[in-house]
Amino acid sequence: MRDNKNKWLLVTSAAVLALGTASLASANTLQNTLQRGAVQCGVSDGLPGFSAPDDQGEWQGLDVDVCRAVAAAVFGDADAVRYISLNAVERFTALQSGEVDVLSRNTTWTTTRDTTLGLNFTGVTFYDGIGFMVNRDLGVSSAKELDGAAVCVQSGTTTELNVADYFRANGMEFDPIVFDTSEQTVGGYEAGRCDVLTSDTSQLAALRIQLSDPDHSVILPEIISKEPLGPVVRQGDDQWFNIVKWSLFAMLNAEEMGITQDNVDEMRNSDDPDIARLLGQDGNYGEGMGLDANWAYNIISQVGNYGESFERNVGMGSPLEIERGINALWTDGGIQYAPPIR
Amino acid sequence: MSVRPKAHSLGPKPPFWRDRGKRALIFQVLLIAAVAAFLLYIVSNTQANLAARGITTGFGFLNNTAGFGIVQSLIDYSSQSTYGRTFLVGLLNTLLVSALGIVAATIIGFIVGIARLSPNWLIARLASGYIEIFRNIPLLLQIFFWYFAVLRAMPSARDSYSLGEVIFLNVRGLYVPEPLFESGFGLIPLALGIAVVASIALIIWNKRRHEATGKRLPAGWISLALIVGLPLFVLLVTGVPVTWDVPELRGFNFRGGITIIPEFLALWLALSIYTASFIAEIVRSGIQAISHGQTEAAQALSLPQNLVLRLVVVPQALRVIIPPLTSQYLNLIKNSSLATAIGYPDLVSVFAGTTLNQTGQAIEVIAMTMAVYLTISLLVSMFMNWFNARVALVER
Repeated sequence: MRDNKNKWLLVTSAAVLALGTASLASANTLQNTLQRGAVQCGVSDGLPGFSAPDDQGEWQGLDVDVCRAVAAAVFGDADAVRYISLNAVERFTALQSGEVDVLSRNTTWTTTRDTTLGLNFTGVTFYDGIGFMVNRDLGVSSAKELDGAAVCVQSGTTTELNVADYFRANGMEFDPIVFDTSEQTVGGYEAGRCDVLTSDTSQLAALRIQLSDPDHSVILPEIISKEPLGPVVRQGDDQWFNIVKWSLFAMLNAEEMGITQDNVDEMRNSDDPDIARLLGQDGNYGEGMGLDANWAYNIISQVGNYGESFERNVGMGSPLEIERGINALWTDGGIQYAPPIR
Repeated sequence: MSVRPKAHSLGPKPPFWRDRGKRALIFQVLLIAAVAAFLLYIVSNTQANLAARGITTGFGFLNNTAGFGIVQSLIDYSSQSTYGRTFLVGLLNTLLVSALGIVAATIIGFIVGIARLSPNWLIARLASGYIEIFRNIPLLLQIFFWYFAVLRAMPSARDSYSLGEVIFLNVRGLYVPEPLFESGFGLIPLALGIAVVASIALIIWNKRRHEATGKRLPAGWISLALIVGLPLFVLLVTGVPVTWDVPELRGFNFRGGITIIPEFLALWLALSIYTASFIAEIVRSGIQAISHGQTEAAQALSLPQNLVLRLVVVPQALRVIIPPLTSQYLNLIKNSSLATAIGYPDLVSVFAGTTLNQTGQAIEVIAMTMAVYLTISLLVSMFMNWFNARVALVER
């Protein structure tokens, strides 16, 4: 019996050795996604306006719309998404290890993340910056008055670094109180553990409406950093990188051309060559990504253009009421700009 | 001496695979080779995959600037320190809460365990109520309870509870004055050292005298008086060379003094109270394991009650108590990693949390973190095994 066991162990270890050479992870994300029948999309642990489940349990938000756009482009069905909720610390490991194929989770584009982490940012869905929210009773009107304050911040974010830089650069001291999830961070702020809640201003707006008494807190005017938020994919699969990148570009181009969810069917008959190319009436621009000619049509008819998504989720049509500001198209004085479909 | 007949060695030598000893040896070697090959495969496969995905590897990141702040640090730390330094800060914070947790849990556990055996109905029921409540609620919930329930009840910095305007308690933590030592203070630790050495000498001398003549001095009380009295005497003679840095409300928060953050208090309380409920049961079972005959025999020798406990019951009970107690200590150390849920900057929070996320080097960071917990646990086990061997029954 004992000898048999030893032999068995030997055989399995030999088999494992033999398998070793062939075990490099296959890099064809599109094929794996098609086989699975759903896009695996990493989203936040609940940030209204960007990614949070609504009262029916459906995920909604600007970041969620990127996942839906990719699913619409790949499957022609924006609902073919499997959402995986990740906190800030888990997110990159989940993407690196293949647990998710797209990370669309209010993630700041930085050099380290784009290079040493083995990841690629595909574009910018929201140009943001770090701000401070304080209790109105403190009587603070500027971030420069925050010397000695206790600051609640979420672990594993660029905020943690940028706040330390800001306070040091201005010769001020602070106590960082670091929590795991945004919910706990807000909990610490509400309990009075810290004077200041800091995060991207868009998040502050979203977190503020979750407070029991939103009017008691004010967001200070200073924006202390650049935080371009965008979707992320793994390095080494250019086809998948292109699909995610151009799904967002299709939404931006659609807004620029005036194509909306409502008029996309009429627009298909348009004589404008730009519109005809985007909607697949003139040539197949999805072919190079392994998609069919209707890829952009599916995105716009099922998800809408960028402006519609913005207004619905974070803009004036939402409880967050964030102005378009620099997130307006370049034609409207903003900096959102997509390369042409050609 | 008789000469053995050599009948067995006459035939042809059996082939080596029929030889039990050699066969066993061959299989041992094969097994080790297989395990080594498997480990080698895992390492090379991981390296190949990381390289294929363009993920940076290695421990070079430990020398990079961390760039983030940490609220509680036992050593000098600023956002300009390295990731290697954050590792140390986290490690020390973990050790601090674990060590203080073990001390508190042991004290509470022994008291509650003995109280549970009390003939007083009320005390015994209170103790068993304590055990049943705290042993059966998940630790994470207890940590949240102490942190969020107790924290929210605290006043803001401006309405702090204060004790004589030197100690302050509010939602930001407990503020106590910090002693600043002036020149001449060095004599006090010296006096303490002399007192300790003198006490040890006294105890040894007392024991020898007791064995030789049967006479005894109350050595315990004399030692206590020495250890407390001598440094105090020197302190007064030298004119108290200590000034106190009293915390003071400036701006948003108290400045100066020593701050004990509420995250630490909540975690320490929760860990101590939770683990103490298990230790109490271990202590109770240890005492009950000693047969009542032992106590009666000791009483028959007309030993006073405290000596019955000290010389007969406790030494025997310890043999039963120590092995499971070790497990509880190890549990407490490992449970301290729940700190990250309430933002106490322990190793898991600052290193396996923030550092991992800023550098993205998950494998290295997690491996280092696991190695630390393994090392601490093995060291504690080693110490407790040594202690257990010391109190074990000496068989004659």
